Amino acid sequence: MKRTGIIVVIVIVVLLFLGFQWGISTGNKMVTMDESVAAAWSQVENVYQRRSDLIPNLVSTVKGYADFEKSTLTAVIEARAKATQVTVDPTKLTPESMQQFQQAQGGLSSALGRLMVVVEKYPELKANEGFLNLQAQLEGTENRITVERQKFNEIARGYNTYIRQFPQSIIASMRNFEKKGYFEAEKGADKAPKVQF
Amino acid sequence: MNDKQLRRYFALLILLMALFLPNISSGQGEFPARTEPPRLVNDFAGVLSSEQQAFLENKLVSFNQKTSTQIAIVTVKSLSGYDKADYAVKLSELWGIGQKGKNNGILILVKPKVGNERGEVFVAVGYGLEAVVPDAVARQALVGAELLPAFRQNDYFKGLDRSTDVLISLTAGEFTADQYIKSTGKGKSGISGFVLIMIILVIAFLFKRGSNEYHGIGGSTTGGFLGGLLLGDMLSRRHDGSWNDFSGGSGFGGGSSGSSFGGFGGGSFGGGGAGGSW
Repeated sequence: MKRTGIIVVIVIVVLLFLGFQWGISTGNKMVTMDESVAAAWSQVENVYQRRSDLIPNLVSTVKGYADFEKSTLTAVIEARAKATQVTVDPTKLTPESMQQFQQAQGGLSSALGRLMVVVEKYPELKANEGFLNLQAQLEGTENRITVERQKFNEIARGYNTYIRQFPQSIIASMRNFEKKGYFEAEKGADKAPKVQF
Repeated sequence: MNDKQLRRYFALLILLMALFLPNISSGQGEFPARTEPPRLVNDFAGVLSSEQQAFLENKLVSFNQKTSTQIAIVTVKSLSGYDKADYAVKLSELWGIGQKGKNNGILILVKPKVGNERGEVFVAVGYGLEAVVPDAVARQALVGAELLPAFRQNDYFKGLDRSTDVLISLTAGEFTADQYIKSTGKGKSGISGFVLIMIILVIAFLFKRGSNEYHGIGGSTTGGFLGGLLLGDMLSRRHDGSWNDFSGGSGFGGGSSGSSFGGFGGGSFGGGGAGGSW
């Protein structure tokens, strides 16, 4: 009897040890994945920042055309100010905070879209070399935003799937790994400005 | 069929499934698969003659060997409902154009004009080349000045030929061939090329020392080295008969590959570049 007892104890200790080992490596893998989500997020922020940085130049170029509609320009400036206010803590990429971020940036996207439509009415502006450069950069930035958002979603999806699957979900809840938010497909007015040439 | 055979077939089947399942499940059916053997010019839409394809392929392969920068041309019949920029980036990443880490790939994607359908073109620039091919340059120097005017006249070759020339001159100084040599430098002729240079170097050294005692070792070695390079280049040119001016690159390594394209390197794209339609 005594012997069986010892065997049982050894088996339990070995199992506990293995479980502990598994828990540590799973937790570490989550840390790595969490970091890659954060890295993807910083790429997203970079490209949005890039767009934001283009706007002062764009505004001053367009402003030069005296009769340019003031309301469209102010809308862009205001939307930019609003968008720069909404920042997200990269360690808390919750669906709620991501939605706020997306909404603010979407506001800027639609304001820029309207500006690009209004520009069509100003042939001299469309012939301006500086403006054409800005337009190309803006279009490129919108493409980059699309790409980085998709990459972020892909990485976040991998992470979310991993932490929510059993049995990793146990470790995730023990170590407070939370589900990350996604970028949702843009609806109607939020659509990025389509600049046609 | 005995049990052992059956088991072998079963194992093979599982292996095949494991190989093909990921491709199917990730839903990349809209994008053409990489051709085998890999090529830089992939005319799926059939707008180039085979001579034109070979000419462009030669030019781009030689540039790839020189600089490790990969400029690929893909023409497709349809963009499967994607935006041209989106399609170009996804295809480039799927194929991995450019070297991993350097991200020095460029894709010129063309959807030719057919009937009432607009023609679309997009030049996707890998992360690593965004600084030398900025969006404004891509739009004006490539799409605006070269691609669209030629495409409007239905001359696809002229547009692609000229725009690749522009891209080559823009990106030439950015990367060197070290990666290419490293990745293919396992060929046997790599040793022979090296030995050749060493022999020439030694001969040059001995010769120089005889004629000019006060001239430092440094001067003579450079001369010998340059001579070795030139000779190596000339020899390998005669050897494989290709017109690339640095086939010496394939003399250093990858003799088996000759002047053919070694494959895509896994470069990454971030949406840089520009496009247009006509």
